[in-house]
Amino acid sequence: MEETKFTNRIMRIIDTSIPFLKYLVKRLLLMIPVIIIISLLIFFMIQNMPGNELNMFFNPEDPSLTELQKQMLTEYWTEKLGLNDPFFVKWGKWWLNMFQGDFGISITKQKPVADFVGEAIMNSFRLNISGFILAFLISIVVGVKSAVKRFSKFDNFWTVFSIIGISLPGFFMSILLVFAFSVNLGWTPISGMQDPMNETPAILYYILPVTVITLSSLASLIRYVRNAMLEVLKQDYIRTARSKGLKEKVVIYRHAFRNALIPVITLVGFYIPLLFGGSIVLERIFVWPGIGLLMNAAYTGRDRALMITMLIFYSFLTLLGNLFMDIGYALADPRVREGGER
Amino acid sequence: MGKLLDIKNLHTYFFTDKGTIKAVNGVDLSIDSGKTLGVVGESGSGKSITSFSILRLLENPGRIVEGEILFDGIDLTQLSEEDMMKIRGNDISMIFQEPMTSLNPVFRIGHQISEPLILHQGMNKREAWERSIELLREVKIPNPERVATNYPHHLSGGMRQRVMIAMALACKPKLLIADEPTTALDVTIQAQIFNLMNDLKNNHNTAVLFITHDLGVIAELADDVVVMYTGEVVEKASVEEIFGNSKYRHPYTEGLLRSIPSLDEEVEYLDQIDGSVPHPLNLPVGCRFAPRCKYATEKCQKEIPSLIEVEKGHLVRCFYPELRERNE
Repeated sequence: MEETKFTNRIMRIIDTSIPFLKYLVKRLLLMIPVIIIISLLIFFMIQNMPGNELNMFFNPEDPSLTELQKQMLTEYWTEKLGLNDPFFVKWGKWWLNMFQGDFGISITKQKPVADFVGEAIMNSFRLNISGFILAFLISIVVGVKSAVKRFSKFDNFWTVFSIIGISLPGFFMSILLVFAFSVNLGWTPISGMQDPMNETPAILYYILPVTVITLSSLASLIRYVRNAMLEVLKQDYIRTARSKGLKEKVVIYRHAFRNALIPVITLVGFYIPLLFGGSIVLERIFVWPGIGLLMNAAYTGRDRALMITMLIFYSFLTLLGNLFMDIGYALADPRVREGGER
Repeated sequence: MGKLLDIKNLHTYFFTDKGTIKAVNGVDLSIDSGKTLGVVGESGSGKSITSFSILRLLENPGRIVEGEILFDGIDLTQLSEEDMMKIRGNDISMIFQEPMTSLNPVFRIGHQISEPLILHQGMNKREAWERSIELLREVKIPNPERVATNYPHHLSGGMRQRVMIAMALACKPKLLIADEPTTALDVTIQAQIFNLMNDLKNNHNTAVLFITHDLGVIAELADDVVVMYTGEVVEKASVEEIFGNSKYRHPYTEGLLRSIPSLDEEVEYLDQIDGSVPHPLNLPVGCRFAPRCKYATEKCQKEIPSLIEVEKGHLVRCFYPELRERNE
């Protein structure tokens, strides 16, 4: 008897995890053709950008160069950069280099992309992750409570807060904060990421940009969680749960929240690529040496290597975000786990 | 045998911006243990709100404003929310109209049946799971071990309603409230569910409050019948009196009975009650049913009749309760 119970249990675990694993493998394999197509598109567009790539390595108008020298330089760089290769050969070589960790040479920075891009990404990431974690935690707590106590003072306060938060652009909020806390009160540094003299603690530099990121995503996140929760709370199964005599906390945090989580997971997935992508506006205001500033420089300086690297990186992150969303869905919703039938 | 549930003068109102909706307006009804009371009425007659009032599952802005709900001698309207939770799912449980949406889509069937067992009977998870399988077997679900591990979307409507019944009966309640449990199911499944409910009721001696708009169902299941209209009881009688040849009958009940198709007679059109239930914010001045009543007199338009006992245990809310008093 004991043994059959045990085997039943094992069978149950296997039964439930196998379709899920299959689903995961399927999703991962589907990513391969997608990333190939995306890379082709990006590569094609960057290759056909106006401007001659050779001009970045020597100046053809330079009067100190003889015609022969110009011709030799042209041949040398054309050969070295593989400019005469057919499109697909270039594309293939680029993928091979990527796998070896060679992302090309940035012309704006005059060094290999691989050498500096990681640091910029991490700078942006540290900023974003703190902001997003704060925003998600606050919005889940506030959103759930707002939905449960709909139209209460608490709910109304956060509704007004959200409207202000959605209407106020991030750059304006940043300027106001800098004006209040850095200029007038002098509590926080005006900009930058660390003190060159190491006199002010690094955390002070984070306060304002993290506040802006939190506040600007908080407003819409709260509304989102609140609406998802309201939608679930009026479902019949919530009444069933209450009719069983379950405590209100169990009804709300187990029966309702588990269902409200499904739409919220979409948002988390959507935010993953944003975590690594810096906001150009925010990083300019706070002079934050992140990926946003770098991308801005790449666009203005026509930095092909850097642009391709970053665009592929973002596409990859978006795909990962989608995958994360799907895994999250599958974990939260058994109907999705079994292949989408309802 | 004493009364298990005795509702006295229940008023449940909804306070909306447009005005107060008197969904339940002075309802009296009672059930003896082990008996089935059928509550009949059209949509909007207040029958569902009566049942939600018993379990205090009313949603804002609904409130019980007056009256007593005596269950085993305790007034449920006076209980604290905490004490009420001990009664819900334990002494009184409920089956709902919509089996498709009444189960939580993200939890296993076994888990959902286990919940009240763990909560009210102090079972541990494993015992509760085993008991859930037993209960599924009791409601005649094939392969209950397997079904317990399933999610609601694996099951058909009829199966889900069986799960709901299993869940409602988990703690052997004294009273089961069934709010149109078969409305969403097709007819062959309906019959199965009725048989199942009858068997279970007899085995466990559970009293049932059966809410429906289908008089045929009442004839099959109920011992007593309450007919409701616009939040009031218009007739109360035993099942024999309602369907038999009583001299007294409310015109509304008469209309409901006439609109049941008969297999013996061949008729071109089925009888129907003209008009529809008045809007709750715009009730007629006199008898609520007067505008749709073909026997209505001037008196009916102006005065509100009260519920009078015409025979022992047979109450009718009409100025002319006797069939031969009335002219069309």
